[in-house]
Amino acid sequence: MRRARTWLPGLLLVTPSIILIAVFVYGMLGWNFRLAMTDKHDEVSEGEFVGLQNFIDIWDQPRWHLSVQHAIVFTVVFVLGALVLGWLLAFLMEKGIRGEGTFRAIYLFPMAISFVATGIVWRWLMNSGTDERAVGLNRLFDTLGLPQWQWFRDPDWGMAAMALPAVWQMSGYVMALFLAGFRGVPEELREAARVDGCNEWGVYRHVVLPLLRPVTLSALIILGHISLKVFDLIVAVSGKQIITDVPAVFMWVAVFDSHDPAKGATIASYIVLSVAIFVIPYLIWSVRKERRQ
Amino acid sequence: MRRWLVAASITMVSVLGLAACGGGGGEQTAQSPSADSGGKQQVEVFSWWTGPGEADGLAAMRKIFEEKNPTYTFFDAAVAGGSGDKAKALLQSKLQAGTPPDTFQGHAGAELQGYIKAGNLEDLTALYDELKLKEVFPEQLVEQISVEGKIYSVPVNIHRSNVLWFNPGVLKEAGVAGAPKTIDEFVAALEKVKAKGKIPLSIGAEWTATHVLENVLLGSMGADAYNALFKPGADWNSPQVTTALQNFAKIMEYAGDPQDDWQPAAKQVADGEAAFNIMGDWAYGYFHNPPEGGLGKKSKTDFDWAPVPGTEGTYMWLSDSFTLPKGAKNREGAEAWLKVAASKEGQDAFNPLKGSIPARKDADESLYTDYLADALKDWSSNKLAGSIQHGVAVNQPWLAAINEQVGLFLGTKDVKALQQGLADAATANAQ
Repeated sequence: MRRARTWLPGLLLVTPSIILIAVFVYGMLGWNFRLAMTDKHDEVSEGEFVGLQNFIDIWDQPRWHLSVQHAIVFTVVFVLGALVLGWLLAFLMEKGIRGEGTFRAIYLFPMAISFVATGIVWRWLMNSGTDERAVGLNRLFDTLGLPQWQWFRDPDWGMAAMALPAVWQMSGYVMALFLAGFRGVPEELREAARVDGCNEWGVYRHVVLPLLRPVTLSALIILGHISLKVFDLIVAVSGKQIITDVPAVFMWVAVFDSHDPAKGATIASYIVLSVAIFVIPYLIWSVRKERRQ
Repeated sequence: MRRWLVAASITMVSVLGLAACGGGGGEQTAQSPSADSGGKQQVEVFSWWTGPGEADGLAAMRKIFEEKNPTYTFFDAAVAGGSGDKAKALLQSKLQAGTPPDTFQGHAGAELQGYIKAGNLEDLTALYDELKLKEVFPEQLVEQISVEGKIYSVPVNIHRSNVLWFNPGVLKEAGVAGAPKTIDEFVAALEKVKAKGKIPLSIGAEWTATHVLENVLLGSMGADAYNALFKPGADWNSPQVTTALQNFAKIMEYAGDPQDDWQPAAKQVADGEAAFNIMGDWAYGYFHNPPEGGLGKKSKTDFDWAPVPGTEGTYMWLSDSFTLPKGAKNREGAEAWLKVAASKEGQDAFNPLKGSIPARKDADESLYTDYLADALKDWSSNKLAGSIQHGVAVNQPWLAAINEQVGLFLGTKDVKALQQGLADAATANAQ
C-alpha cells in the first residue's frame, strides 16, 4: 500500500493522456498502415491483405513523382529560407537594438495566423497576372520596374514561390529560437575569445555558432516535419491543382475524389515515414544526450 | 491521503472533461440542423451554390420553401467552390461519419453511382409516383438518372456545358466575323485575337481545362462517337481521339493566365480583356444579373454566345439534383424541400436567376428570355451528350483520373501521354 502511494497518483494523472495517445495516435497509425496493405480500392469492398503492393505500385504513377519532387523543392526552400532569415533577424536583434521587444513581437506575429489565412492573402499577393493585369506583388514590381513572376504557377519554380508564405510565417519563430540560443551563450566565453584576439566575426564563427548547434537542429526538425506534411497552405493558395500537388493533397484527392482508401492510406504512410526520417534520429540523439547528463 | 484525493480528483476531472468534449461535439451537430431558438425544425440543405447568380436562385427557392412550410427553417449548408470540388470532399466525410445533411446537391447521372453503391441514398421512386414526376420530366432524362429502375434524385434544372462565350467588341476589333462554327475556324479566330494582344481564351482553375477538353472532344468527334466513349470497352486510343486531343493541345496554347475559378475567367471576357471563354451556361446568370450578384452586362453587346465550335445541334447537358440521404435527421423536412425543388413554382423561381432551364416540361416559357429562350429551344430539338466534368458521363473516380491527366498535361504538354492516361482511366473505371 505504501509503495503504491508513491507511484499510483502519478500513473493516474497520466492515464488519460496515455489512453488518448494510444488510441488516437498509435491506434490510428496502425489502422492506417493496415489499410495501406489491403486492396480496398473503393469504399464498399472488404479489402484483402496484399502486403506492400500499394507501396510499390504508386511509384508507377507520374503524379506521385511530381508531388514528391514538389515536396522536396518546397522543403528545401522553406527550411533553408526560414533558417537563414530567422538567424539573420536574431543576429540583428542580439545586437541590442532599441525597441527590441516591439520588433520581436512584430516578427513573431505571423506565427499566430493559420496557414489558411496566410494562404488566402498570399494567393492574392502572388497572382500571376502581369503588366496591366498585375495585382499584388506583380503590381508592386511593375511600379518599381522589377521583373514580374508567374509565382506558384511557374512550371519549374512554382513550389519555391509556394514556400515564400511559409518562410514569412515561420521565420519569426526561428528567430525566437535563435535569440534564446544567443542569449544562452555566456558572456564570459565571448570575452575570453576577444581577449585572445578574436574579432567580432570570429567570435560568432568559432564560439557562438558551435554552441547554437542544438538550437539549429531543433529548428530543422520542427520546420522539416511541418514542411513534409504541408496541406493547408497549398490548398488555400491553389486548391488541388496538379501544378502545386504535394503528397498530402494527393492523399486527399485519392480518398475523397478517387474514392480509393487504400491509395490514400499508402500516401499517408509515406508521409509519416518521411517525417519519421527527420524525427527519429533527433529523438535518439536527445535521449542519449539526456543520459550523458 | 490528501495527495491521493487530489490525484484522483484531477483524473476524474480530466476524464469527465474528455467525455464532455466528445458529448458536446455530438450534441452540437445534433442540435444545429434540427432545432433553433424559435422552436422550428431546421432542414439542412447542402449545396455548392455560393457564387453570384446561383446563390440568388437558391435564395428564391428558399423563400418559397419557407412560405409553404412555416414549421421548418432552411439551414443553408453551402460550401464555396465551382463545380462542387470542395463541397464533395466535405460531404464524403459527413456521410462516412453518419451525419449526413438532410438533403444534398449532386449532379444527376454517373456522379451519384458511388453514393448509391455505398448505400448512402434512399430510393425516391415513391415520391416520383406521388407527385407524378415521371410525367413532367422528359422521358430521356428520367431514363438516364434511373439506376436499375430506381430513381435517387430530384433534378432541379438543366445546364448546358457546350457554350462558347465571347466578347463581340473584341472579335470585331480582331476582325473575326462571328462565332466560329468549326474547330479550324476557332483556331484561326484565336490566332487573330492573339495578334491584337488580347487574351484569346480565358481559363480558370485546372477543372476548367477539363471542361474545355470535354467540349473539344465533343466538337471534334461528334455526339455519337463522344457518347460511345463512356460505354464499356470504348476505344480511347482511336485516331479520332488523337485528333481531338491534338485540337485540345492546340487550343490550350491560346489560353491566358489561369484564374482562381471560373468567375474571374468569365469576367475577363465581360471586361473585354479576353475574347472567348468556354464555360457552362451558369455563366449567363453571372454576366447578366445586376451588379450585386453578377456583372450587369448587356447580352449581345457586352457578351454573346454560341455553341462551342463543332458542337452545334448537340446539347451537352448536366443537371443539379437533390437527394435524400439515408439517416437524414429531418426526413420530413427534406421531403418537403424535395417537393419544392420538384415543383413548377420552385423550378421557375430558381432557374431564371441561376441561368438554367427547368428540368420540367411544363415550365412557364415567358420567364425564360434571352439566352435561356435559346437553351429551351435547343433542349427540345438537339441531340444529347453527357458532361464529363459535371458528373453525367463518368463517375467520381473516373473524373478524378481524367482531371489528374489534364493537370499533368498542362505541365508536360504531352498529347501522347494524355491519351494513354485517358485510355488507362477508361479501362480502370468504365462499367
